[in-house]
Amino acid sequence: MDFEKIERSARRRAAIRRTLIYVFLTFWAILVLFPFYWMVLTSVKSYGAYNSEYIPAFFTLSPTLQNYTDAFTTVHLGRYFVNTVIFTLATTAWMLAVTVLAAFALARLDFKGKALLFTGFLALMMIPNELVVITNFATITNWGMRNTFWGLILPSVTSVFYIYLLKENFERIPDELYKAAKVDGTSDFKYLWKVMIPICRPTIITIAILKIIECWNSYVWPRLITDDEAYFLVSNGIQEIRENGFGRENIPAMMAAVVIISVPLIILFLIFHKKIMEGVSRGGTKG
Amino acid sequence: MKVVLQNLTKAFPKRGKKETGEVIAVNDFTFVIPDGKLIGLLGPSGCGKSTTLNLISGLETPTSGRIFFGDDDVTDLPPENRGVGLVFQNYALYPHLTVRQNILFPLQNLRGDAKLSKEEMEKRALEAAQMVQIEGLMERKPSEMSGGQQQRVAIARALVKMPRVLLLDEPLSNLDARLRLQTREEIRRIQRQTGITTVFVTHDQEEAMSISDMIVVMKDGVVNQIGAPQEVYDEPVNLFVAQFLGTPPIHVFDAEVKGELLYIGGKPVLEAHGVADQPVTAAVRPEGFRLDPHGPLTCALERVEVMGRDTSVVCMHPNCRNVVIRAIIPAEEKVNESDDEVRFSLKPAKVFLFDAKSDLRIDAKLK
Amino acid sequence: MSRPNLKPWLYLLPAILFLGVFMVYPLVDVLVYSVEEGYNSASQTYFGTGLYNYSYVLHDPYFLQAVRNTFILVIITVPVSTGIALLISLGLNSIKKLRELYQTIFFLPYVTNTLAVGLVFMILFKKTAYTDGLVNLLIRLFGGQGVDFIDGPYWAKLFVLCFYTIWVVMPFKILILTSALASVKEDYYKAARIDATPRWRIFTRITLPMISPMLFYLIITGFIGAFKAYSDAVALFGTDLNAAGMNTIVGYVYDMLYGDSGGYPSYAAAAALILFAIVLTITVVNLLVSKRHVHYD
Repeated sequence: MDFEKIERSARRRAAIRRTLIYVFLTFWAILVLFPFYWMVLTSVKSYGAYNSEYIPAFFTLSPTLQNYTDAFTTVHLGRYFVNTVIFTLATTAWMLAVTVLAAFALARLDFKGKALLFTGFLALMMIPNELVVITNFATITNWGMRNTFWGLILPSVTSVFYIYLLKENFERIPDELYKAAKVDGTSDFKYLWKVMIPICRPTIITIAILKIIECWNSYVWPRLITDDEAYFLVSNGIQEIRENGFGRENIPAMMAAVVIISVPLIILFLIFHKKIMEGVSRGGTKG
Repeated sequence: MKVVLQNLTKAFPKRGKKETGEVIAVNDFTFVIPDGKLIGLLGPSGCGKSTTLNLISGLETPTSGRIFFGDDDVTDLPPENRGVGLVFQNYALYPHLTVRQNILFPLQNLRGDAKLSKEEMEKRALEAAQMVQIEGLMERKPSEMSGGQQQRVAIARALVKMPRVLLLDEPLSNLDARLRLQTREEIRRIQRQTGITTVFVTHDQEEAMSISDMIVVMKDGVVNQIGAPQEVYDEPVNLFVAQFLGTPPIHVFDAEVKGELLYIGGKPVLEAHGVADQPVTAAVRPEGFRLDPHGPLTCALERVEVMGRDTSVVCMHPNCRNVVIRAIIPAEEKVNESDDEVRFSLKPAKVFLFDAKSDLRIDAKLK
Repeated sequence: MSRPNLKPWLYLLPAILFLGVFMVYPLVDVLVYSVEEGYNSASQTYFGTGLYNYSYVLHDPYFLQAVRNTFILVIITVPVSTGIALLISLGLNSIKKLRELYQTIFFLPYVTNTLAVGLVFMILFKKTAYTDGLVNLLIRLFGGQGVDFIDGPYWAKLFVLCFYTIWVVMPFKILILTSALASVKEDYYKAARIDATPRWRIFTRITLPMISPMLFYLIITGFIGAFKAYSDAVALFGTDLNAAGMNTIVGYVYDMLYGDSGGYPSYAAAAALILFAIVLTITVVNLLVSKRHVHYD
């Protein structure tokens, strides 16, 4: 047998395989990145230049920031943006408080009916949002909370999944820590605040980030509950801009708005990508 | 502080879904722990020793019976008001706090009259750290320390609030052999120095015997014997206690008493005065065998293991319930390893007789 | 310590309150809505109970259109996206250099606003008076015939919708499959290599069974997610999906509830329950099928 020949052909085959894999992965990477490139590119083209390109140019030699100014002045993007920040932060804060307290009770405290209650919580995880949104719409309308922040925030506060996730995490803290704290006279609340929350901080941060992403992108509920432009979030805002915005299809300005909306989450992602991906792979789903 | 356990009983509901009824974890435990002593609670896992500790600490409340610290009835007192210090097998240090913060933690919980100033707390924490010799590691996190160091921190944290009673739950089990020896001496020293009444749970009889003033041997929730370590070793009240104490373990023979003579395998081995004719269980400590070319106990020789200070003769006897017999003899006495047989006579003080049915000790004068 | 106390319930109170008002109560209420005939949301009155709402919805051409669109979307996007995600994950798992960079890039669409990025897809595919759009130019470059994907023929619109949906759901699937593949122990592959097992056989006999629980999980969540498609369609075709003929079942529910054609919560409730029934049935079928094909440890 000619080992050298076998070895050489094996090495060649491996190299070809590897090249094909990289080509394939790069192709998909381009497919993912291209829309982002295109939106940034279009957003820095001037209105005139864009509309005169019958064949779109892949780059521009005279970038302009005029579209960004337009996005903030011609339409109320600034307001949508601020609204979304308020909505996102308030909802996430409320969600964290509710989730931490509930997860603590389920993980640490003993009481009658705990197993039953927890099973009930799990069952609620399977209920699709579409089923409950109808009544919530009626409830919020009846409470006179349409076009208010309360109306936007309240139904978005609880998430059974995050309660479940945090409860599992809390339960991984050894019992002995609780016993030690009890013997030292630590109250339950102090134990939660001083011991459990610091230990589980990574999970809590993950939950917060996932919730922020969810809030920032939420569309359906805000659309149902706000028709006053003053309370639009970015998702409805962009839809509003598209349909009644910059007059005659000002695509570059629209893309500037899209860039502005996308940037906060992309920055968040670039900072926390490990945490986000880890959190999502532990059972998050989109939306 | 004297600790009194009075008819202490703890029953748990059974775990399984289909099972009903209760498991008695601790059954009618009565004991007065004298002030300033170190007590070893000893028994196999599941014998109720940890439950007893939890009852003393207040983490569990007894089904019946009372607990007194000195003259105070603390049975219904929550753990934080009992003034106990508790040390766990896995140390239970707060992983996100430094050593200093861990030790300070109990002090920060003090309220009302007991509340301390910041300086006072720091001073007490430093003293506790010095007591266990970790004052140089105050700013480390638990994950940056060895198991032995972590256990010292846990002890410091338990001592810092000057507990009336110190409770240690298997404090050495997670340490390696060398650290275990070192730390147990440390525990003994600290206990002597502070004079705090200490209860110490372990399944390791050697550990318990080596540092305790008194040991309590438990099995299935029932206290089998209480006494000074040597006393319990020398005078076990039943077969379980005899078997549980001592390494290598005691050897158990099916034997018989006939005409005030103890027979093993049909051969008279010792005189047994004051015992009626009956089948008995005879238990012989490893050091109870004496090499004797004309001895009555003939065993099949397996091998000889030299251990330096003494020699262990591994052999077999058909009436012995242990798989092999390990007789410990002084290193000077030589056994010819190529022999098929080895013969022993027995030292009367190292042989105990038990009732063949009840396993209770038979009071006999052996000669 | 078994002193009966109220403290746990105090901690749970906020969660129970929120879940009760916004999840449990609505669940009951939606059933009530769906059988109240002629419900008027202004006066909050109705004149009877029965199954008329279901019958109306099932005979509504817009609903049938939405069901058709949704089913086509599901049938195309679930297998295609899962398949491509599997290929990409296998690729990712067999390289070392740049792996993390690729993973991060592939995950990017997960954190983007569906509505906003949908607009980019729209301008890429749209044909206007000023330009044919980039995609059409590419098609022309390869000798094809340009078509307006946003306002043009049905199949073209459906194609963009599927394309965008796949683009949006890929990150999650790639992530899950990559970690599933990474968790298969190297020893199995080593053993197989020693035995000179061909690559394809390694894949079908070792890799696939090992990751089958995760793959199955992805297929189930994929089905559920695709049945709930809505905002992708809005992003591409605007809020009036009925006019574009691109509505989905969820879109129909919302349109019935609110918007230009809204004000009919009873029809919305009936449609939502029909959707729930469809999703439940498919999930159960999935579970039954998986019992035979999924390998659990």
